[in-house]
Amino acid sequence: MHKNGFFSMLFHALFVTFIVAPLVVVMAMAFTSKGYLSLPTEGLSLRWFRALADNQEMLDAFTLSIKLGLASATIAALLAIPAALAISRYDFPGRGAVTGFLLSPLMIPSVVLGIAFLRFFSLAQIGGSFWALTLTHVIVVLPYALRLTLASTIGLERDIEHAALSLGASRWTAFYRVVLPRIRTGVVGGWMLAFIQSFDELTMTVFVATPGTTTLPVAMYNQISQTIDPLITAVSTVLIVGTLLLMLILDRMVGLDRVLIGEGK
Amino acid sequence: MAFLTLEGIVKTYGTFRAIDGLNLEVRHGEFIALLGPSGCGKTTTLQSIAGFVQPTEGRIVLDGRDITHVRPEQRGLGIVFQSYALFPHMTVAQNISFGLEMRGVPKAERGKRVDEALDLVRLAGLGERYPKALSGGQRQRVAIARALAIRPNLLLLDEPMSNLDAKLREEMHIELRAIQRELGITTILVTHDQVEAMTMSDRIAVMQKGRIVQIDTPFEAYERPHSPFASAFLGKTNAFAGAVQLRNDRCCHVQVHDTLMHVPHEDRALGNDVNVYIRPEKIRLVALGSGRFPGRVRLRVFLGNLWLMAVESRLGLVHMTLPNLGTPPPEEGSEVGLDWSDDDLRLLDREVTHGQV
Amino acid sequence: MARYDAERVGVAPWLLSGPALLVFIALLLAPLLLTAVLSLNLFSDTDGVVPSYSLGNYLEVFKDDYFHEIFLRTGGMALAVTVLCVLLGIPETIIIARMAPRWRSLFLLVVLGPLLISVVVRTLGWAILLGNNGLINDALQALGITDQPVKMLFTQLGVVIALTHVLVPFMVIAVWATLQRLDLQVEWAGLSLGASRLTVFRRIILPQIMPGVLSGSIIVFALAASAFATPAIIGGRRLKVVATAAYDEFLGTLNWPLGAAIAMLLLLANLIIILGCSKLAERRFKQVFE
Repeated sequence: MHKNGFFSMLFHALFVTFIVAPLVVVMAMAFTSKGYLSLPTEGLSLRWFRALADNQEMLDAFTLSIKLGLASATIAALLAIPAALAISRYDFPGRGAVTGFLLSPLMIPSVVLGIAFLRFFSLAQIGGSFWALTLTHVIVVLPYALRLTLASTIGLERDIEHAALSLGASRWTAFYRVVLPRIRTGVVGGWMLAFIQSFDELTMTVFVATPGTTTLPVAMYNQISQTIDPLITAVSTVLIVGTLLLMLILDRMVGLDRVLIGEGK
Repeated sequence: MAFLTLEGIVKTYGTFRAIDGLNLEVRHGEFIALLGPSGCGKTTTLQSIAGFVQPTEGRIVLDGRDITHVRPEQRGLGIVFQSYALFPHMTVAQNISFGLEMRGVPKAERGKRVDEALDLVRLAGLGERYPKALSGGQRQRVAIARALAIRPNLLLLDEPMSNLDAKLREEMHIELRAIQRELGITTILVTHDQVEAMTMSDRIAVMQKGRIVQIDTPFEAYERPHSPFASAFLGKTNAFAGAVQLRNDRCCHVQVHDTLMHVPHEDRALGNDVNVYIRPEKIRLVALGSGRFPGRVRLRVFLGNLWLMAVESRLGLVHMTLPNLGTPPPEEGSEVGLDWSDDDLRLLDREVTHGQV
Repeated sequence: MARYDAERVGVAPWLLSGPALLVFIALLLAPLLLTAVLSLNLFSDTDGVVPSYSLGNYLEVFKDDYFHEIFLRTGGMALAVTVLCVLLGIPETIIIARMAPRWRSLFLLVVLGPLLISVVVRTLGWAILLGNNGLINDALQALGITDQPVKMLFTQLGVVIALTHVLVPFMVIAVWATLQRLDLQVEWAGLSLGASRLTVFRRIILPQIMPGVLSGSIIVFALAASAFATPAIIGGRRLKVVATAAYDEFLGTLNWPLGAAIAMLLLLANLIIILGCSKLAERRFKQVFE
């Protein structure tokens, strides 16, 4: 391909500015020493991070989101592994339908999911509990876990498992010692992506969250709807930095391009 | 007067010299093969001619016009790419017509020339297909037709056969050669396949480390290689290390182990470290007791048209090939005699770094 | 694909995918069906949800100018966001693809990374930038381009800008995927046949990345049309879109059946766009690509 010319690089610089500007601004404002939203022109201050450390509401929401992410990503991964094996290994009638069904939450607007869950919980009288919330998140994040797991099981050579069986391994041993290590990156990548999706989920959760089960994005949304203060930029900064760290780990382990681009859709 | 001249071409990437002072003169209508291993600079040379790579130094003159700094789209060369680079979203006819369209050829004329090009590569009737509906060999023909349709005065072929299977490749060698003769178009082929180079070209330019180390007709290059590298690259050979013991005006006598070999028409200083070469097909199998000296058959492999043999002798392991004339040669383990004609021996100075012989 | 088609199929795949399927039937299919039923119920201020079945809610949405405006606004903004994503995403992806490998992976990370950062955080950034006392207005006034702050927060323009930022990575991903399958020699082939660089792009590169552009556009449009957080924060209370309107019916006026009807229409529109356009694109390109 050709090299990039001057105008290409100019476009690129503007594009990158467009992408990072809002994130940089949020992070910059978190370090202000003033009581209102402003750039830290008079020196950096950790005032708002200390305020955040004392804000029990935000801390509770943060803890809840972490627990929720861990639980829903783990359940989703445990459901996704056997499903991925079924889809990639067997040519059974209904295979396409099963795949489509399990990936369908990607095509349903989050608002619709939120409304559906809210209606379901109000009829079933099980709203407001941590595990009810977890199950809704399992539905939302399972497609991500499934897609990455599928990407690794589909490329799996059938011969290696047959080789293990021919060498005397039981089916379980063959799975545990040969298959699982080969799909591990897909599973781990899928789990991490599922965790991030759960941790960031707002639109669906807004409907089913109750005062006792307020996740961090919901708490932040409620706060922003009223007023934007430096505290919220401090929370955001923690989130941005945390996500960047996770991204680096994910990039090292699986390759971020594989996670994000996967099979293209 | 050369039709295409490359003068002192140098291309550096950082400290790496991909082309290192290359000179080449190609006559009008000639078919030249640039032959060499990967990394020898042959593809970079082709891309310099095409204009995709800008040489660091040197001049490229085509038909009296300096094209060193002409943009690739204005050079008007026909190029067949290794991957064929067909446009997958266009039909065969649209692919071939594309270059004509760029030249503003009127529509009616385009249709005629597309048909001509399809006829030339024997694909008449397939114009409406998309590339993905064609076989590998057909795709290659389309690539050739597309390059020729613009009636270029120079055709560049970049490893054009590397994606074809062996049998198809042989057919295409002959066919492409015939097309080239028919059109009389000056052609440069880049390849690492010595058979391909020999079958198709008028002259072979053997390349090593960014330079042309020998340029000759296929027969000359094979029979009289100028270097151990060229010798090894143009087919299998036996190499025996020795030192010059005697010399006179007609030949050199080279001591190899305890044997004195007479190499005619060669002149080297006494005591020089040299290699004596002989091609496997030049060695004859004779009855035990006759010939130069005896040996024991270590390996005998049947290849259909040939027998491949390895004979243990005083010179070490001697590789030879025998045409299959109906009677199998002696079995492995048999004692045999070896013979050759001294005219078939070649002598080359041993290179300091001759790894492969 | 290595599929174990030689093995006896039997119940194994159903046992393996069973747990996931059961969870999905109980917690996805059932709630969606219940919502569909709810959308047929009626609502009264005194009794709440009335279990009678009619298409009344749908008729109300179709007849009411208030909802027309919301649906049109949502569609218009989603279209604007899609066009912007195409105009920004295609060149940027090609520019990144042309970079040296280490710059390529760095900038791919910079451009796609924000996908993993919470939408709330990204939208917050735009709320700060776009405000009347925000950085963009400060800069415009300092440069003397305007005297008065340009109102961007709580406007469609603001929502479109922020949504473009949120969704443009999806376009980059889709275009990138098709660009990876492109044989790079076609560009040289085009040049060698006498085409200018612009012609090479228009006639050779663009048609080949069209499937990616289309699928990217479908994703971006669908996500923009059903976006909630960004329109809610940047658009504010008055600039409603379909998602925020449904939210208000549910959690504000508590007219659940009407909210459910809006949700069902949104779901239907979404499915038609995603499945319909994908089918169309598939048929269009099937001949050429696999």
